[in-house]
Amino acid sequence: MALEVPAGIPKEALQRLLVALADDELILGHRDSEWTGHAPILEEDIAFSNIAQDEIGHALVWYTINEQLGGKSPDWMGFERDWKQFTCCHFTAFPKGDFGYTVLRQYLFDVAEQVRLKNLASSSFTPMKEAAEKILLEEGYHLMHSQSLVERLGNATEESHKRMQAAAEIAFPQALGMFEVLTGEEDLVNAGAFSGNTVLKTEWVEIVAPVLASASLRIPVEKENGEITLNAKPDEGGRKGWQKEHLKRLVHDMQTVYKMSPGGSW
Amino acid sequence: MESVEVQQITLTDAWQALSEISDPEIPVLSLVDLKIIRDVRVEGATATVELTPTFLGCPALDYMKNEIREKLLALGFQTVNVELKLSPAWSTDLLGEEAREKLRVFGIAPPEKRAATLAESLKKPVVCPYCRSSETRLESSFGPTLCKQIYYCEHCRQSFERFKTL
Repeated sequence: MALEVPAGIPKEALQRLLVALADDELILGHRDSEWTGHAPILEEDIAFSNIAQDEIGHALVWYTINEQLGGKSPDWMGFERDWKQFTCCHFTAFPKGDFGYTVLRQYLFDVAEQVRLKNLASSSFTPMKEAAEKILLEEGYHLMHSQSLVERLGNATEESHKRMQAAAEIAFPQALGMFEVLTGEEDLVNAGAFSGNTVLKTEWVEIVAPVLASASLRIPVEKENGEITLNAKPDEGGRKGWQKEHLKRLVHDMQTVYKMSPGGSW
Repeated sequence: MESVEVQQITLTDAWQALSEISDPEIPVLSLVDLKIIRDVRVEGATATVELTPTFLGCPALDYMKNEIREKLLALGFQTVNVELKLSPAWSTDLLGEEAREKLRVFGIAPPEKRAATLAESLKKPVVCPYCRSSETRLESSFGPTLCKQIYYCEHCRQSFERFKTL
């Protein structure tokens, strides 16, 4: 089924946005799946396996819309594409680390998803709006889970606090990379496709800062007279395809089985 | 040679056939009970089915599409199209009382009705599908399939699954 782009929305930039959304979901979904069989407790093993499956399902939705706009098939995007062509942010590709880092990354990502999806739910591009509305319903369960873990682990014991704080120091600058401005983004904003990453980033900081503070976690954010200052250098470049070795290894693992028999089925 | 009579297959026949397909993960409910078949259109020998997913990452989705295709082809349609529709998004509020009772009998607590927020929807005590006690607690926010959570009943001391409110 081919889709038409409404007049005024630049197709190339729209596809860039769809693929960025999809790549973040697929790559974080893959990282989450690395806990299957390895999480510290059974409930978390089940949780991260479920979350992985949800995120990969969401990736499929975004890749499918991209395909309907003339892009490559979802399978090609996931299993045949060269790792240097992925446009996920560095944050989602970073190795899973300890469980503290995983939990904090998931929370920071889940809030970003809420902010992004609520925004896309009023997109001028109907297929994107409808997908966002649907995905939002499922994402509520992720956020409820990751937020309660962050709050508990941040305040539980000296050891759990220490590990969560260490995770925050690595994760925060990386998380800012989720909001790297896309090439051609201004035209998408003008066409009402979404409000743009700069606006989304501010909304995200406003939500995560008080929650992290309640979890006794320090992040380099200052707020004075309603004005937010971020004292961290965002880890950007992923949206332009400037990827790191972590992603190369992940993509190699992810594509190994497919490449044994491309296009095979069972 | 016998003459083949071209028989008109009606919309009712198509719905009837679809109501015989069980959900692969919850076999007590049919795809029609689940309200995931939005619409069926019949034009001559072509049937078009609008299917809406429960959870987007549900691995049973492709399986269900194939079941629909096979079932309707067996009924005599020459062509069967299955269209995936995301909007309006599927909700567990669509499940009727009969479907909810089927879930209970199967050992799954039915989903709570949606409230203003998800946290609000999940506040009410969950009734154990085995002994109907409300002395239950959440054991795991996620379960064996994307659509379920795991609860524990303090009264009859059994774990049970609960359909997530969506």
